[in-house]
Amino acid sequence: MPKTYTDLLREAREEIPEVTPAEADALRQAGRAGVLDVREASEWEQGHIPGATHISKSYLEQQVEAAFPDRDQKIVLYCAGGVRSLFGAQTLKELGYTDVVSMKGGFQQWKSQGLPWQQPTVLTKEQKDRYSRHLLIPEVGTEGQAKLLESKVLLIGAGGLGSPAALYLAAAGVGTIGIIDFDVVDASNLQRQIIHTTDRVGTKKVESARKSINALNPDVHVVAHEEMLVADNVARIIDGYDVILDGTDTFETRYILNDAAVAANIPVVHASVFRFEGQLTTFIPYQGPCYRCLYPTPPPPELAPGCSVAGVLGVVPGIMGLLQANEVLKVLLDLGETLSGRLLLFDALDTSFTELRLKRDPECPACSDKAVAARAAGTAPALASDSGVFTLGGVR
Amino acid sequence: MSVVKMPSVLRPNVGGAKEVEVGGGTIGEVIDGLVASYPALKDQLLTPEGDLNRFVNVYLDGQDVRYLQGRATPVGERDEVRLLPAMAGGR
Repeated sequence: MPKTYTDLLREAREEIPEVTPAEADALRQAGRAGVLDVREASEWEQGHIPGATHISKSYLEQQVEAAFPDRDQKIVLYCAGGVRSLFGAQTLKELGYTDVVSMKGGFQQWKSQGLPWQQPTVLTKEQKDRYSRHLLIPEVGTEGQAKLLESKVLLIGAGGLGSPAALYLAAAGVGTIGIIDFDVVDASNLQRQIIHTTDRVGTKKVESARKSINALNPDVHVVAHEEMLVADNVARIIDGYDVILDGTDTFETRYILNDAAVAANIPVVHASVFRFEGQLTTFIPYQGPCYRCLYPTPPPPELAPGCSVAGVLGVVPGIMGLLQANEVLKVLLDLGETLSGRLLLFDALDTSFTELRLKRDPECPACSDKAVAARAAGTAPALASDSGVFTLGGVR
Repeated sequence: MSVVKMPSVLRPNVGGAKEVEVGGGTIGEVIDGLVASYPALKDQLLTPEGDLNRFVNVYLDGQDVRYLQGRATPVGERDEVRLLPAMAGGR
């Protein structure tokens, strides 16, 4: 005699243990179970349990082994009302999963009990096309792309380093790109600052950069800070950004930025260039060294001329700027190993990279435990260098 | 003899060489030997008191000598010493 739906449901109930939403939440929060949402994509997009994995019931057999490789891991399945998850759990048992349970009442009951849920960022059709090569990478995917679209990156300078970085970060879909630059486009910039164009010579760099970015990717919101970064405005300007890309040209700005970023706990991806050479590292406050740990004091001007004095091969800031963009994306997506604690040297003449190891300075006036305690107590001393301009938020 | 890698800003002081060979059993001796051979480097590398300037980092085989034993850090025959001042350029 053929079975009815009622028969199948009764059998599933007999075979699969059920948990209440509160019990499922406790398991989830304790990290004792994976949570698997088996609803359709359109339901998932309306909201889901935080941290849940989504595999539509129709794709369970094909995709679950990749998402849950450990067959002995406890898995809580849920759907909208608690029926599809029972049948889904049976499928998992057939696949050899040993500890699967179904959430009674499903997501409807979860929500009605006031338990936490979140709505995923849903990519539009245009975004799915634009970012398809990112979406194909498992480590990025929709979630990573959504993270990028919600991210805010501040570029200090729309110059040699900032130009290539801005274009690639914009192309990658970083949702907000702040640019601080008070300069106007000069013909001599165009040999390397590829975000600007010949017909924009004489216009503000932030506006020129905005045009190029928006022409490349209208998803990106450009915040133009047309001012000079100084001790008095740095905390205001960097506030709210996830990562800062340091592409400035002076030590003064680099130290001001470092001190404020350390205090605000914002990672800074640093690069600098000189003729055929570049240096690159990532400063993650309190995890690795900061700029002052690396260079406690600036060199005299004759030992560290900027590009306008010394010159630079145009591709060198291009290469270094793109390596910075790579670091920024890794920090935003929490992928791979950043250059925190490592200084990468690039020599364009040899086409060689050299890596040096960096350490936190236990006496660092910006990021040491002592400095943190002093800041918390409001007794942080102003930092002064030989030239007297490098302060911790004091006088410039 | 250890090899001292010269950053390009300092190369004019050593006749344009990318690297020079200097004898010495410690970082201090290597730096002193370097300055003896190329006196123009003295002000760049050393304070008036003869200490290493803080704006030039010295790495021995990739490690900052500040976190080893400073001037007293032993240098082996085939070790690589690298001088590295901060760079400003970015625009």
